[in-house]
Amino acid sequence: MNATTTTAGPTTRDYPAYGRPLWQRWLFTREAAVIALLLAVWFYALNNVAFFDGPLTITFLLQDMTPILLIALPMTLIIITGEIDLSVASVVGLSSVLVGVLHQDGWSIPAAGLAALVVGLLCGALNGFLVAYVGLPSLAVTIGTLALYRGLAVGLLGTKAVTDFPEKWTTRAKENIGDSPYPQVIIIVILLALVFAFLLHFTSFGRGVYDIGLNTEAAHFTGVNVRRTKLILFMLAGVVSALAGIYYTLRFGSSRGDNASGMELRVIAAVLLGGVSIFGGRGRLHGVIAGVLLIGVIASALRLEHYTVNVINIIIGLLLVASVMSNSVLAWLSSTTATRRNKRGPSPSVAPAGVGTEGRQ
Amino acid sequence: MPAGSGEVVLELRDVSKSFGPVVALRSGRIEARAGSIHALVGENGAGKSTLVKIVAGVHRRDSGEFLLGGESVDFSSTAESKDSGVAVIYQEPTLFPDLTVTENIFMGRQPLGRGRRIDRRAMHTEAESLFARLGVHIDPRRPALGLSIADQQILEIAKAISLDARLLIMDEPTAALSGVEVDRLFAVARSLRDEGRALIFISHRFDEVFGLCDTITVMRDGSYVDTVETSTTNVDAIVEMMVGREVGDLFPKTPAAIGGPVLTVENLTSTGVFHDVSFEVRAGEIVGLAGLVGAGRSEVARAIFGVDSYDSGTVTLADRTIPKHKPSVAIRRGIAFVPEDRRKQGLVTEASVARNIAGVVRGGLGTFGILRGADEGRAARPWASRLEVKTSALDATAATMSGGNQQKVVIAKWLATNPRLLIIDEPTRGIDVGTKAEVHRLLSELAGQGMAILMISSELPEVLGMADRVLVLCEGRLTADIPRDQATPEVVMKAATQTLQEASA
Repeated sequence: MNATTTTAGPTTRDYPAYGRPLWQRWLFTREAAVIALLLAVWFYALNNVAFFDGPLTITFLLQDMTPILLIALPMTLIIITGEIDLSVASVVGLSSVLVGVLHQDGWSIPAAGLAALVVGLLCGALNGFLVAYVGLPSLAVTIGTLALYRGLAVGLLGTKAVTDFPEKWTTRAKENIGDSPYPQVIIIVILLALVFAFLLHFTSFGRGVYDIGLNTEAAHFTGVNVRRTKLILFMLAGVVSALAGIYYTLRFGSSRGDNASGMELRVIAAVLLGGVSIFGGRGRLHGVIAGVLLIGVIASALRLEHYTVNVINIIIGLLLVASVMSNSVLAWLSSTTATRRNKRGPSPSVAPAGVGTEGRQ
Repeated sequence: MPAGSGEVVLELRDVSKSFGPVVALRSGRIEARAGSIHALVGENGAGKSTLVKIVAGVHRRDSGEFLLGGESVDFSSTAESKDSGVAVIYQEPTLFPDLTVTENIFMGRQPLGRGRRIDRRAMHTEAESLFARLGVHIDPRRPALGLSIADQQILEIAKAISLDARLLIMDEPTAALSGVEVDRLFAVARSLRDEGRALIFISHRFDEVFGLCDTITVMRDGSYVDTVETSTTNVDAIVEMMVGREVGDLFPKTPAAIGGPVLTVENLTSTGVFHDVSFEVRAGEIVGLAGLVGAGRSEVARAIFGVDSYDSGTVTLADRTIPKHKPSVAIRRGIAFVPEDRRKQGLVTEASVARNIAGVVRGGLGTFGILRGADEGRAARPWASRLEVKTSALDATAATMSGGNQQKVVIAKWLATNPRLLIIDEPTRGIDVGTKAEVHRLLSELAGQGMAILMISSELPEVLGMADRVLVLCEGRLTADIPRDQATPEVVMKAATQTLQEASA
């Protein structure tokens, strides 16, 4: 009975690093499912959709998806912390207008672009400050700044559009890498994707992002700087959105206050489709990239089949609902099997001791 | 009026209640009579609140007899208990702040006038007569928002009387009241007793218990100890009954060489939470921080570590001041903090064992800033092994583990930082006896290696068994600093209730 008799000697208990082999850990994930679906849709379209195998398809697909791919990167991190940023498309619009207005005033494109990036960073900093340091809910804050930044954009330029951009820049935005069908801008996307993947999956900062999403209080108790982390993420979203705005402006050669309106929802849809949980704490970047591309491939295949934008939106919407539902269904299935397993174990509700009746008169 | 003369209103016999593996109440027993005020006393965790909640219909008992007015009852909701004439007044009543005082009293049973419209006039008249009967002045038309706690309790009592409750239970009603308010509450309580109702009064303040109650029931460890008449006993006898148990060899404390001061806390103050707290923890020393729930123990620890801010005072670790509200700096300087609530604060339960154990040290793990899962695994494995964490693999999530195993993961995570000071809040709450002894052995061992340990515990035997020195907090103030050889349950309990006795004396 004496507890002191248990020896305090070192035990040589060893633990395997993982409970399942590598292929299982990679195959049985949301991300793998999205990638498989992407490949399936891709091959189906190649064989069944006329002109899908043409060189222009991939070029336009990537050009179309570039802004969404870019913004999805910081958005993934923000949603993993359990927050959301709805103002990204408005920052795209504001950055687009700034490039146009400043260019009209005689600024060079790089200078105007740099100014737009700085403004994007400040927009993100305002969001981040209100969410992280004032403690307001990000949904409310970014609905507000969605209107604010869009209002600034429209206010600066009115309903006009700036279209007289130098041809050097507008063609560069659409140029391909050599003779390949891949646009040059994809290099920037790949570089940024690598940076964000590194940040999320291979740094202490990234571990903190997951910890905040799973349990903010425990993250705080572990020394994660919750506020600073959130501020940084919103600033990243602002600056990357501004970059997407510059690209958007040059690609279409047009700077308008209503550029990219509604894009925030497409970004969020792609992120969720890629396996990120809206409740935070779950998701991986390769899944998100596959999710964005999946939406792009479906949209482009349907467009080649002469479906209208409405039909495309309906199908993508249904896909998103189905993917979110599959999550809940899977969770429900695993929880019911888990409780069934538990029920077979010893019932803990039986009072073990001390309910004796010997003390009764 | 002699105690125990009235008829028995409430009778509980051998009532038990467990929550999962945790036994909250082993054999609760109480007998409350009409025209009597019955005190229920015991340490934190003695099972008083569970017993009250069973009577109130919040919990259902697992076994035992529960008689109300001689009839066996089994409440499955608070509404049933209310209908049977039981009213419970909690420390902080829950009212509808935007409704008026009257509307709060008649919530859900408003008198109806013609055409089923609520008869406001009748409501106000009855509310006024209730307050007149209680001898208090509260405007029945004002909103409940902004009422003092004392007035809110009176409002609850008025509600109970309007329901014609025959049993009133007051769960630590005086904890947040001033002296005058306490007097008024007691006057009301006495008048209710004289009307022939039965009252149960729970308090940690012995002077109140002795001043107000005619009978005292003592509980300890979820079990009934004894019921005595107030006139035949004294404070010391009650305290002895409350804590009187063997502090056995569950606590393998080995003497350690005590070195220089590691942590120095000076005049730490956070308005309304704790005041002017100063103490020292030396290398190799286990300092126990005792006190009642709500005395500010955890709050002091949280302020030292920096997860909460404080108003004034300084925290020094090995001659270097720790800035306030900066847990990351505190960690870097060598403070580790195992928090009270391991599921909410200690662990990211959905994350893997490896990530949890490497959670604090991961910043320095990778090469060239690249942190891979393998790095975390390598850092976590020796600690998991040293603490004998039971898991199939390091990537298993902590969510499905037992409480004791989770606590080992939390401790492993902090030991991995190689701290100079370990603050451990409720080291063994909700974990099984075997793991308890393991944790105690570990603490003793760590102190032996020269670590300074500040241990907060609501379990008096744990504090007395493990600590080299016991600090006692009472209502946010340090009331005692007792060396190991002088620390007895009685001394600690007295210090823990000291200012309470002075304040209301």
